[in-house]
Amino acid sequence: MTAPLIELVDIEKHFGPVIALNGVSVSVKAGECHCLLGDNGAGKSTFIKTMSGVHKQTAGKILMEGKEVNFNSPRAAMEAGIATVYQDLAMIPLMSVTRNFWMGREPQKRVGPFKFFDFSEANEITMTEMAKMGIRLRSPDQAVGTLSGGERQTVAISRAVYFGAKVLILDEPTSALGVRQTSNVLATIDKVRKKGIGVVFITHNVRHAMAVGDRFTVLNRGKTLGTAERGEINAEELQDLMAGGQELAELEGSLGGTI
Amino acid sequence: MAEPHTTAAPEKDERVREMSAVRKALIRPELGAICGVVLVFMFFLGIARDSGMFAPEGILNWGNVSAQFAIIAVGACLLMIAGEFDLSVGSMIGFSGIVIALMSVQWGFPIWVAILTAFAIALAIGALNGYLVIKTGLPSFIVTLAFLYILRGLTIFIAIATTRKTIIGGVKDVAEGDPIAWLFGGKVFSGLFVWLADLGIVGKFVAGPRAGQPVVEGVPMLMIWAIVLIVIGHILLTRTRFGNWIFAAGGDAQAARYVGVPVNRVKILMFMLSAFCATVLATCQVMEFGSAAADRGMLKEFEAIISVVIGGALLTGGYGSVIGAALGALIFGVVQQGLFFAGVESSLFRVFLGVILLLAVILNTYIRRMITGER
Repeated sequence: MTAPLIELVDIEKHFGPVIALNGVSVSVKAGECHCLLGDNGAGKSTFIKTMSGVHKQTAGKILMEGKEVNFNSPRAAMEAGIATVYQDLAMIPLMSVTRNFWMGREPQKRVGPFKFFDFSEANEITMTEMAKMGIRLRSPDQAVGTLSGGERQTVAISRAVYFGAKVLILDEPTSALGVRQTSNVLATIDKVRKKGIGVVFITHNVRHAMAVGDRFTVLNRGKTLGTAERGEINAEELQDLMAGGQELAELEGSLGGTI
Repeated sequence: MAEPHTTAAPEKDERVREMSAVRKALIRPELGAICGVVLVFMFFLGIARDSGMFAPEGILNWGNVSAQFAIIAVGACLLMIAGEFDLSVGSMIGFSGIVIALMSVQWGFPIWVAILTAFAIALAIGALNGYLVIKTGLPSFIVTLAFLYILRGLTIFIAIATTRKTIIGGVKDVAEGDPIAWLFGGKVFSGLFVWLADLGIVGKFVAGPRAGQPVVEGVPMLMIWAIVLIVIGHILLTRTRFGNWIFAAGGDAQAARYVGVPVNRVKILMFMLSAFCATVLATCQVMEFGSAAADRGMLKEFEAIISVVIGGALLTGGYGSVIGAALGALIFGVVQQGLFFAGVESSLFRVFLGVILLLAVILNTYIRRMITGER
């Protein structure tokens, strides 16, 4: 059993009188896809923001490869190898793919006393990395706005991978996508996992989770309801856990099992 | 994992139509401005060719006016791409001018001390503008609108309180022989114009104290400043890491922050650049006229913003071009002076301004849709 890449133990987060997280424990191992499921308001977003350094936890600790760490900023988490791809904040549509890919880490070449953005190198690496993920770009200076939602997620994921992420957090990457694009993103997650990166996949769609997940953790009302290995649990059980059981089971009956 | 140039011949995606070269060329922020420049020149070549507008002294005339617009447009352009506005540009021009004149003429400091002090104060005010926008989270429109009034009021107050006038003259006398004053008020390439005059391309004065000298004395430093600022601004924006941060800060500040772009620093620096450009123009004007007036620079902020928008920048930030802004400034200068050459009522200039602003924004919206593929 390998030690987890990152382990979050009994994380609590309070916003004033509101208790958003009340003891959440999750661990992510190298090369696994850990699905974090929960209905709206379950605390998924707060939890990943704590993990990626946007919020500081009120109580509990974060262990990175066995050592306790404290992230004071998203930058600190990034430097420790935690990359987050946010659903709507991944890319800037008016900028080219290359400019987006390298944003914040632009390669430079020196000409005399001046440093310039090394576009030839940047373009070449961008094209290669995109091809690895199965995206064919017309040209690296194509605006990101011309890409589909799934392709944008993939650009953001491959950017995180290229810059050495150990843990990749994906915030509902499939929630706004069509069927075809969703399967592309799920395939990308699979590729990333095979590189030995630990993936945290946030979703409220049980079927997407079942498609790629190795372990499943369900959040409800700021608490973890438990973690299950692949094969220990089926889609219906996950769905029940997420919704808090009872009411949904009744609803599901009346809807003929369509949810 | 050796992948030998899989990118060299990527598979064709049947859903992506090949873009024609024409369409590709169309998708540039400068497109509207280029069309505008062509139209404007054709128009004035048609109606004002014999008026001397396209003789060397005529070119220098509208070139100089265009350069004035261009200097402040460069600052406004980079700031707008970074996602902010500066409405205090015009007031800053008046303010910096008065600071220079007051310190040199009234208080007897050497002119270079006055100029450097004006730049230092302007940069500090630019930084304050930026700091307030970042810290309060208010729209820069409001914060700099406040400074439009604060600076204009202070300028008039200081001028009247110290000299009982709003115009301070006599700068030319104190600027004589100063080590840096020529950087703003001087003229260069005068030898070239003597030579051109000898060839008969440029006219010579036939009478008066300067008989025999070419009518064009040289290229004013104002134009040199404009060209230098345009070139540096363009390279900074399109060819450097910092330029990428400017786009990112204006495109989506939050997304940029998440990947580690120092958005606040970028924005504050751009506010400082805007103030810097205003002070360059103010200094050049003070040196040229030999005086500073407290009401100088009125409405310049809007003219700068219009130049930038004609140049293809989006008011919402994240997209635009320095070259475009410079072409916008050129259109401005040519039309303003051209109407004068053509003998047209100059109030029509404002009508033209409004019309071209509307056309530019409509065209830019269309171009943006082509780029992002939205419908």
